[in-house]
Amino acid sequence: MISFASAELTKLRTVRSTPWTLAAFVVVSAGLAFLLELTLRNAQRMEGYDPLMAAFLPLTLGQMALVVFGAMAVTSEYSSGTIRASLAAVPDRRRFFLAKVAAVAAVAAGVSLVTVPVTVVAARMRLSSAEVLEACAGAWIYLTLMCVFTVGVATMVRHTALVLGGLLPVLFLGSQGLGNVPAIRKVTQFLPDQTGWVVMHLAGPQDDPRWARDYSAWGGLGLLALWTVAALLGGYLVLRRRDA
Amino acid sequence: MLEVRDLEKRYGRTVAVDRLSFTVRPGMVTGFLGPNGAGKSTTMRMMLDLDHPTGGQVRIDGVRYRDLRRPLTKVGALLEAKSTHAGRRAYDHLLWLAQTNGIPASRVSSVLELVGLGGVGRRRAKALSLGMAQRLGIAAALLGDPPVLLLDEPVNGLDPEGVHWIRGLLRGLAAEGRTVFVSSHLMSEMSLTADHLVVIDRGRLLADVSLADFVASHGSLEAGFLSLTAGGGAR
Ligand SMILES: Nc1ncnc2c1ncn2[C@@H]1O[C@H](COP(=O)(O)OP(=O)(O)OP(=O)(O)O)[C@@H](O)[C@H]1O
Ligand SMILES: [Mg+2]
Repeated sequence: MISFASAELTKLRTVRSTPWTLAAFVVVSAGLAFLLELTLRNAQRMEGYDPLMAAFLPLTLGQMALVVFGAMAVTSEYSSGTIRASLAAVPDRRRFFLAKVAAVAAVAAGVSLVTVPVTVVAARMRLSSAEVLEACAGAWIYLTLMCVFTVGVATMVRHTALVLGGLLPVLFLGSQGLGNVPAIRKVTQFLPDQTGWVVMHLAGPQDDPRWARDYSAWGGLGLLALWTVAALLGGYLVLRRRDA
Repeated sequence: MLEVRDLEKRYGRTVAVDRLSFTVRPGMVTGFLGPNGAGKSTTMRMMLDLDHPTGGQVRIDGVRYRDLRRPLTKVGALLEAKSTHAGRRAYDHLLWLAQTNGIPASRVSSVLELVGLGGVGRRRAKALSLGMAQRLGIAAALLGDPPVLLLDEPVNGLDPEGVHWIRGLLRGLAAEGRTVFVSSHLMSEMSLTADHLVVIDRGRLLADVSLADFVASHGSLEAGFLSLTAGGGAR
């Protein structure tokens, strides 16, 4: 299993889309955080304003690059035909899939572990209070799970355009507050990308019934874990059944 | 030894492979012949468990491909369709393959040399010529020094010198006692390379004979092939 996962890491390391998407993830997140903090600095006395927003909202846009990375890790296998070489080398599809998921998850977790604090610092916030650290930990888990979720979806769908055409618009609308819109919040709050919003302080004050969601900060991440398991299960079933 | 038993593959209403049975023996080159669309590539993908048969099975020395522990050290394959990422360097393509099967990285450089790509290992796959890409595919097949080789049209895109090289390579591998199963369209090439022939059309077995017997009964390989397949062209 270790050898399969290290081969998957080699695959990720040896294509150019990997450094590009991961660099975009860091740069977009931190750059937007820096700019957003400048813009919002004067709004700080507004009612309900949460200074953590300037740090964590940019991550919801930067994550699109991370999602592209997760999607390409799978779809490039199909577009290039590498999948046939992969499955000839590792015919046990369960092990192949586990190795792929483990490698992508490790890279996503590693890069997010850097991106989250860098983004918070770019928003001129200190990594000192328990509140900030909790939000950081939540964002780190959230981003890693979103990337793994994408691997599951991409394995079901197989085509870059279909995966990204399906996910990116949802993520973009999500970053614009889709889960906070009163009329549809009952449903949209449960979309995978929205489940991290409470822990990242983006869902508004949770003690105010106008904003309160039906789950807690960590409960939201639990929901995302369920989404991720479902996507991986779906991906595995498709991988197992269909011809390569 | 490679055993194909009652192998069948249907794509909807198309029967690509129709209850095919034959055995490929070690120590010789077995040519796999058939007109376009006969089912050769489909059969080879099923031998590697890439495509699921709708019936029958394939055994490699009695074992199913998916049950092989380090498959690249048992079966090396070159498929018809590309299986390399255009943006990945030739060396890196072989490196990850080697890692999956616990093959030492030093072997990557030696197979690159072996197929004549020693100087271009750092090139990305998209910067390789058709013939070079084909050689990279052959390098991948030889990576695990496997006793069984499955090659789908290996001379595709090779220049005369490359064709000559493949012929020598395949004959040499067979002489070492390996099982060499190779599909081709080129009758003249097959008559120089193969010892044994498996001929199919419309997914069905038409002949499973030695080259010598085939030529003796039909005059030439080409004449025999055309009369067996009725010169039908692609379906
Ligand atoms: N994925 C697929 N879906 C549907 N039909 C397919 C698929 N793959 C192959 N076929 C059909 O199966 C038949 C056998 O195709 P195959 O590629 O195995 O032939 P072949 O002998 O390799 O031909 P060629 O000499 O042209 O390479 C053809 O009729 C082809 O159209
Ligand atoms: Mg073919």
